[in-house]
Amino acid sequence: MAADIHKKKGWEVPNGSLVPADGQPTERSESPTPGLAQGMEPGAGQEGAMFVHTRSYEDLTSPEDGDVVSRSSEEGRGDQADQTSIEQISKDFSELSTQLTGMALDLEEEMRPSQEDKMDLSLQTARRDSARSEKEDEDVTMETWRMHQKHVFVLSEAGKPVYSRYGSEEALSSTMGVMMALVSFLEAEKNAIRSIHADGYKVVFVRRSPLVLVAMARTRQSEQEIAHELLYIYYQILSLLTWTQLNHIFQQKQNYDLRRLLAGSERITDNLLDLMARDPSFLMGAARCLPMAAGLRDTVSTCLQQAKAKSLVFSILLSRNQLVSLVRRKDQFLHPIDLHLLFNLISSSSSFREGEAWTPICLPKFNSSGFFHAHISYLEQDMDLCLLLVSTDREDFFTVSDCKRRFQERLRKRGVSHALQEALRTPFYSVSQVGIPDLRHFIYKSKSSGLFTSPEIEAPYVSEEEKQRLLELYQYLHSRAHNSSRPLKNIYFTGPSENLLAWVTSAFELYVCYSPLGTKAAAVSAVNKLMKWIRREEDQLFILTPQTY
Amino acid sequence: MFKKNMAPRRTQHVGAGPSTEQSYIYKVVLLGSTAVGKSSIAFRYVKNDFRESVPTMGCSFFTQLVCLETATIKLEIWDTAGQEKYHSVCHLYYREANAALLVYDIARKGTFARAKLWLRELEKEFLPDELVIVLVGNKTDLAAEREVTFEEAEEFAKSKSLIYMETSAKSNHQVTEVFMAIAHALLKQEQQKEPALRPQPWKKSRVDLQEPSNQTKKCCVN
Ligand SMILES: Nc1nc2c(ncn2[C@@H]2O[C@H](COP(=O)(O)OP(=O)(O)O)[C@@H](O)[C@H]2O)c(=O)[nH]1
Ligand SMILES: [Mg+2]
Repeated sequence: MAADIHKKKGWEVPNGSLVPADGQPTERSESPTPGLAQGMEPGAGQEGAMFVHTRSYEDLTSPEDGDVVSRSSEEGRGDQADQTSIEQISKDFSELSTQLTGMALDLEEEMRPSQEDKMDLSLQTARRDSARSEKEDEDVTMETWRMHQKHVFVLSEAGKPVYSRYGSEEALSSTMGVMMALVSFLEAEKNAIRSIHADGYKVVFVRRSPLVLVAMARTRQSEQEIAHELLYIYYQILSLLTWTQLNHIFQQKQNYDLRRLLAGSERITDNLLDLMARDPSFLMGAARCLPMAAGLRDTVSTCLQQAKAKSLVFSILLSRNQLVSLVRRKDQFLHPIDLHLLFNLISSSSSFREGEAWTPICLPKFNSSGFFHAHISYLEQDMDLCLLLVSTDREDFFTVSDCKRRFQERLRKRGVSHALQEALRTPFYSVSQVGIPDLRHFIYKSKSSGLFTSPEIEAPYVSEEEKQRLLELYQYLHSRAHNSSRPLKNIYFTGPSENLLAWVTSAFELYVCYSPLGTKAAAVSAVNKLMKWIRREEDQLFILTPQTY
Repeated sequence: MFKKNMAPRRTQHVGAGPSTEQSYIYKVVLLGSTAVGKSSIAFRYVKNDFRESVPTMGCSFFTQLVCLETATIKLEIWDTAGQEKYHSVCHLYYREANAALLVYDIARKGTFARAKLWLRELEKEFLPDELVIVLVGNKTDLAAEREVTFEEAEEFAKSKSLIYMETSAKSNHQVTEVFMAIAHALLKQEQQKEPALRPQPWKKSRVDLQEPSNQTKKCCVN
């Protein structure tokens, strides 16, 4: 590919300053350095971004107020603090790495980074209390807790069950009662996250009035990450109801049974939880692009751009949770969370495969008070290509439907249908293309574009459990890198089954998995090579020229 | 009344039927409780297939051409979610309908009662001759669990002058027949009308470049 058009000089930025040297502000470097400014990293859009700019992971979860309570210190501590946390993480990691390989999890023994805002209650006691009157429910509950990695409940502030990931809400209602008691006990701050470590579980509470969300997890995720997932569930509920309607309902009737309104949509929430456990998009707070030749993508985007209508805000083309193209109204940006909710909606329902769907949907990060109307359809019967047209006008079905027809017609006229089909046939690339022997897998996110790229997960991560374990390792690195009290910019670990590296700068995030045989020096030099490769391939891996209507 | 239904909403050209025939577009809506089989009926009719379906989100739109001897009819079929959270949106979908399928599940009595409620809502919105209504008892394959008898439903349909049919989307029983019955009823309704009151056939309700005379014939619907 045309690597030579990118001049080398760009990254030679004095003193690691964030501002590029005068005279070459748009130079794209071949290999980014920590001093690389946002917008210059591989994958950064050349003509502005598609998404709301999310500088960091915390931005995603802190829309209005302090989502994360335990922010005990400012970012960037002194060397000494870094040093101790490195040691702790090192211990943590090797524990994690072995335990995730097959040994039993025991969270009780896990090192805990900070003790503030946590309570070591014995949930056992609490449960016994609750089960006094409802003996048979106990068994259901215990069993469920034992069986699953992560239990998720949603309840109203009045304690009415709204959603339960496993098992019926009725069977768990006694548990809900306990949770409510805990919530009111912890309720000092609204919209706060609280967590309890007990009985091998992390119990995380997120309160978003009028709802309370609770997760009981035996995963190794941090509270922040579990809370992040709970917020996704909250946003998912908003996307069906709008924040305004939700609040209105509970203002009218405090003990309203929300399940009536949400009937039929439980599977969307189920799907979201499953998706978050295996798709790194949610962890990265970014969208993954379907790799394809830049020219082809540009043509498709142009066709999409030309099939516009007055009421359209976003036109999105996607294939199995990977973004093919996104065209937006000039002054409107989509938030990655909203995009993820849309992806989840589409992947959770096979009914969109037939006919054309027209459904009200709220994009809570964009505007939580009203509905957009989404036109959802698949382009060809057997092709995994879904077109999503987001309109502001519920009366505009036929106009929007006609946009789809025009888009398809343009694709045909430009003769790209076949090439597009070919691209869909190879939705993933192999890590072997990078040409680094010890490299097994990586995730690279360009912060300014809100896009990330990642190769197919290959051997030895073949089974679902192994894939899951790899993602958990990334989750762990991610949580260490974004720990609100001790964020770390560089992490390198050696484990029995693999070595991992994380590198987080203001411009990008990189998580790399190597075979356990390599050295640290080799890993670091591989990163340079990898970054050069990503730069060289960026026009296939990313959407560099996003379009607007 | 009927005229507004045939407003030229869009310029998409539908070219299947021979040009000598009359061609019409009709809007057909599927109404009824959740899980009675509305989406399955639509899927059976449009794709001639059945599979375990998932709850509908919002609304689904399908089109199907019906070629009768005297006319070609394009049915625009709206399958609604029927979920409470979409209730405010739902009436939009039946607002300008020409025909409605009121679907219930013969094995769930409550859905029959719900169908009656839907009917009352439709009666508020439409004049008696404005809308062709078919009462559809679905899931005849579950005869062993039947809770609504054929006679009971038939009698009710008669009293309200509805067409009544029983179907099974699963075993492909009478699904196409329901839509054929709708097509015929719509056409009959068409022919009974005074010529002046007739809606514009779609051929004439949009600009057709091959027929210059059309350009001067302004459509004054609505
Ligand atoms: N046995 C039987 N089941 C059916 C039939 N039609 C639909 N179903 C099932 O009933 C459930 C609800 O169907 P669906 O079409 O989604 O209902 P809708 O909510 O009215 O759209 C699904 O599990 C279908 O598989 C039928 O004719 N016979
Ligand atoms: Mg349905």
